[in-house]
Amino acid sequence: MSWWLAKRSIDHVVLERGEVANTWRTQRWDSLTLLTPSWQSRLPGHGYEGDDPDGFRTMDETISFIERYAKIVSPPLRTHCPVTSVAIDSDGYQVVTEQGTWQCKGVVLASGAFNIAQVPKLSQEIPSRIAQLTTAEYRNPGSLEPGGVMVVGAAASGAQIADEIHRSGRPVTLAVGEHVRAPRMYRGRDIQWWMDVTGLNDERYDRVENLRRARALSSFQIAGYRDRRNIDLNALTSLGVSIVGRLAVIRDGKAQFSGSLRNLCELADLKQYRLLNTIDEWAAANGMSDGVEPPHRPEPTRIDASPPLGLDLRRAGIKTIVWATGFRPDYSWLQLPVLDAKGNMRHDGGVVTEAPGLYVMGLPFLRRRKSTLIDGVGDDARDLSAHLASHLGVRSGSDWVA
Amino acid sequence: MTTPQADKPVDNGVNVEALFGAQAALSKTPEAARFKWRSTVEWINGTHSRSTIEGFYGLGAEQKHKKPFVFEADHPEVFAAQDAAATPVEIVLAGLASCLTAGVAAVAQARKVQLRSVSATLEAGMDIRGILGVDEDVRNGFDGIKVTYKIDADASPADIKAIVAQSQKRSAVYDIITNPTNVTVEVA
Repeated sequence: MSWWLAKRSIDHVVLERGEVANTWRTQRWDSLTLLTPSWQSRLPGHGYEGDDPDGFRTMDETISFIERYAKIVSPPLRTHCPVTSVAIDSDGYQVVTEQGTWQCKGVVLASGAFNIAQVPKLSQEIPSRIAQLTTAEYRNPGSLEPGGVMVVGAAASGAQIADEIHRSGRPVTLAVGEHVRAPRMYRGRDIQWWMDVTGLNDERYDRVENLRRARALSSFQIAGYRDRRNIDLNALTSLGVSIVGRLAVIRDGKAQFSGSLRNLCELADLKQYRLLNTIDEWAAANGMSDGVEPPHRPEPTRIDASPPLGLDLRRAGIKTIVWATGFRPDYSWLQLPVLDAKGNMRHDGGVVTEAPGLYVMGLPFLRRRKSTLIDGVGDDARDLSAHLASHLGVRSGSDWVA
Repeated sequence: MTTPQADKPVDNGVNVEALFGAQAALSKTPEAARFKWRSTVEWINGTHSRSTIEGFYGLGAEQKHKKPFVFEADHPEVFAAQDAAATPVEIVLAGLASCLTAGVAAVAQARKVQLRSVSATLEAGMDIRGILGVDEDVRNGFDGIKVTYKIDADASPADIKAIVAQSQKRSAVYDIITNPTNVTVEVA
């Protein structure tokens, strides 16, 4: 955003609560890599330079990538400057921080959608002898007590964590709710390569059929491993992970799982087939069919005839529960009536229409399917900075904050 | 998804515009979405009973069906009963079947798929040593339910599967059966 603001000669300051790339430094597990190939992290004025464009950046590589970009853009940056309040004032907004107060005409909230780990209420019923961790707190299997682990949630994080914990010799039970299945590789190409060339990643928020649904979808159930292996439920079942339904209740030290697992897997299989059909149709229509491997359809999700509906946590030797149940944004410092009853920002493609001059970035399907990817930030920043420029009109010298 | 002929609008007898309207209206007034469903029952004799369903609460007011609906239940002769009506567990199956089938029609309508016929058979396994108290480790309820749909519609097999899957996702009875529900039974 700062790159675009500078290009549009808009005076601004960037406030960072910690260091550059703070969340990547503090809230990620050790083995995590980006889920998108390195070539795909395209930022305004900055493409991939290196000899492994198809690889997946580790956390250290991601941090130095973002640091490098910060050096190139060299934004007017204040680090260790947490914002404590954003409120309306007579001529725009007042932004209060631990390093002072700014008056500005515009504010861009780029703090993202993944601030607070969501843990279901039923976690309070878990016996205290069992350790509980969120994906923001989890680091590696070695830091867990030996014994059984229940991972709750099977999006990208839950499936990856289940995979590595089970491989460490701690038997994993994975509680599976709604999930989005995708293969890492399809017809010899990375799934993100297909999402990019077909234009699916560029699909706009005002063109998608069911926006509310699209914004609520969880991430692809994939990992960025060097061997490009899948981590779908079939792969995890082959590994020996026990797949159970959505965690419904904990009662008397027993977990109960929903009997809807089969249908959730059927929904995910059908959705995956629709995605692969879309890719095949695009490839045929664009003369790509011969340049890539022939189409195939992954095996449907294998589910036991009668998956377990209950688990006695003590008898099953469960020592740890990892909550991979998603995140929500933190707007506790926002003193503006722009949130809905569930605490989500009301916005139109990142433009908070109820508060002129206020913008938000990095939320799921904000303006495009790729809005939460590093690769999606540039286009959103271009659009929103253009809107902001017209909001500011000819008035110059207006501070604003990202 | 198969597109129907333009001159023949899809009609499964479901008013989806009204349902989408309700979806939009209730997202703004969540209190109106709170419903109370009610049923009363009278014991007749033996295992034979009669339930009557008439009133319910919703949209902020008391509501009434057009007329009272009556459902009798009993047990079969192999249970040494009179078999005056279907068994309660069979009525549960009927409830699941009707709920899923209503969902199939609504989802098909929303997806502009014309249905020609929809039928399903349901089968549920049960080990009655549970209800007879022969073995405490055997549960009283079903050990599984199998629903098999036969659907003739203007859509590909994959689209039909997707409609049936979506109807499960939106079904109240499916949710009631697949997830635990707190039940409080009191004597007034």
